[in-house]
Amino acid sequence: MARAVSNRTKVINTAIAGTLGFVMFFPILWIIILSFKTEEDAIRAPLEVLFSAGWTTENFVTVQERSDYFKHFSNSVIIALGSTLLGLVIAIPAAWSMAFVPSKHTKDVLMWMLSTKMMPPVGVLVPIYLIFRDTGMLDSRIGLTIILMLINLPIIIWMLYTYFREIPGEILEAARMDGASLKKEILYVLAPMAVPGIASTILLNIILAWNEAFWTLNLTAAKAAPLTAFIASYSSPEGLFFAKLSAASIMAIAPILIMGWFSQKQLVRGLTFGAVK
Amino acid sequence: MISPAVILLFAWMIVPLSLTVYFSFLRYNLLKPGDKPFVGWENYYWFLTDPSFTAAMINTLVLVGGVLVITVIGGILFALLLDRPMFGQGIIRIMVIAPFFVMPTVAALVWKNMFMNPVNGIFGRIATGLGFPPVDFFGQMPLAAITIIVAWQWLPFATLILLTALQSLDQDQLEASEMDGANWLNRFRYIMLPHLARAITVVILIQTIFLLSVFAEILVTTNGGPGTASTTLTYLVYVSSLLQYDVGMGSAGGVIAVILANIVAIFLMRMIGKNLDA
Repeated sequence: MARAVSNRTKVINTAIAGTLGFVMFFPILWIIILSFKTEEDAIRAPLEVLFSAGWTTENFVTVQERSDYFKHFSNSVIIALGSTLLGLVIAIPAAWSMAFVPSKHTKDVLMWMLSTKMMPPVGVLVPIYLIFRDTGMLDSRIGLTIILMLINLPIIIWMLYTYFREIPGEILEAARMDGASLKKEILYVLAPMAVPGIASTILLNIILAWNEAFWTLNLTAAKAAPLTAFIASYSSPEGLFFAKLSAASIMAIAPILIMGWFSQKQLVRGLTFGAVK
Repeated sequence: MISPAVILLFAWMIVPLSLTVYFSFLRYNLLKPGDKPFVGWENYYWFLTDPSFTAAMINTLVLVGGVLVITVIGGILFALLLDRPMFGQGIIRIMVIAPFFVMPTVAALVWKNMFMNPVNGIFGRIATGLGFPPVDFFGQMPLAAITIIVAWQWLPFATLILLTALQSLDQDQLEASEMDGANWLNRFRYIMLPHLARAITVVILIQTIFLLSVFAEILVTTNGGPGTASTTLTYLVYVSSLLQYDVGMGSAGGVIAVILANIVAIFLMRMIGKNLDA
């Protein structure tokens, strides 16, 4: 199927696509550069910024000192990991039984679960806010963990379901015929085949939870605020320092940017609910 | 074994939603303690006849529509480009996709300050350098500015999905048509586009669901303003309930948002449901 393509065509393609890639990536690249500049240099004209001599790592220190980056970072980690793990505990049995013991309602159940994802968050903002206020869960990590688990649960179940469904059921029978006990069956046959799917699901979910910016902004204040809210605090005019804003931004997106690069395929699968593979 | 998941999701759906519906029929303001009398459709009446509702509906349509047009057309172009043979394809693809992983608050603030700030932003610098007056994006065209930011975040998503779909296209079919003398435009029109149709529909529907809920980008850039120039339905509900403490009014707005989102959702669910049978 592969046709011979001249190197010239390839070079032209590379140039065009490379330019587009550069344009898309430029804002991220730009804040990486600005984050290592002094405030005076950071607001110069773009070319002057590039060729200004001073490079500094001071911004990162200042951001930590001024707004306690690590506290927000650990909030983000706890909420993203917590909601993902909690979601898995609930989703794995559900997806497992739907994939291996499907009933005639399985499709309806799956579609209904999906439909819960379609509800716009503003539709339930008021009651959730009031419930949280009355139960003291406003600005708590546990409250946010639960909410993020709930909004992503349909995606977790769906992803796991599409992965589990690809595990052939016959292989279990074969293992049983060979005299494998249930424990061995799970440990040596099922787990190795299920782990990649579960890992992909975890990856996508952490990304989604990390970047969630409706509930995290509305339900937290100082204590439980994750990085999304931490950055939002830089929107006030006095926070308008390009170099520090850049440093804070980089610190907020770097972990997920790196994880995201490994999760391109899972992203398609998870966010299209298996409709595009 | 599915029951914990079903029970949780059912509770998550039904409890807050019925509370929203209930609140929407009460005169209930957090600043005015006391009874919360039942007022029937009053909240809906005031919400729907408020000029900011009309503005918010139009803004929502413009934002969602604008982002969809940019991301679908741009996504098709990007996908076609990235699908061609080239050097360093992996790296280029990573650069194109990266914006999707940037959290909304960061994306909005970076564009607002480093690019669209009329004095120190790069766009302002370029305009001044060329002798034009700089554009004050968030003062003069706030909705367009937000559309650009959101489109930047979602273009990678559209590209990635359309690229995945494009790569599953049967190459033999393309070659056969080429031998039969079809030019590139015809091949795109009659082979690639029909093949992509399904993926395009998925992109449109899924993005619509997420775009209807765009919030952080508005909060950290314009706060819905100037006036209501960049207030969307989601933002309007946030303003009435959490800024004006009008629980009744906010709830009525919430119910309307749910109804609108459900209209989109029905189409999306049909698409995905069909795929389950296949």
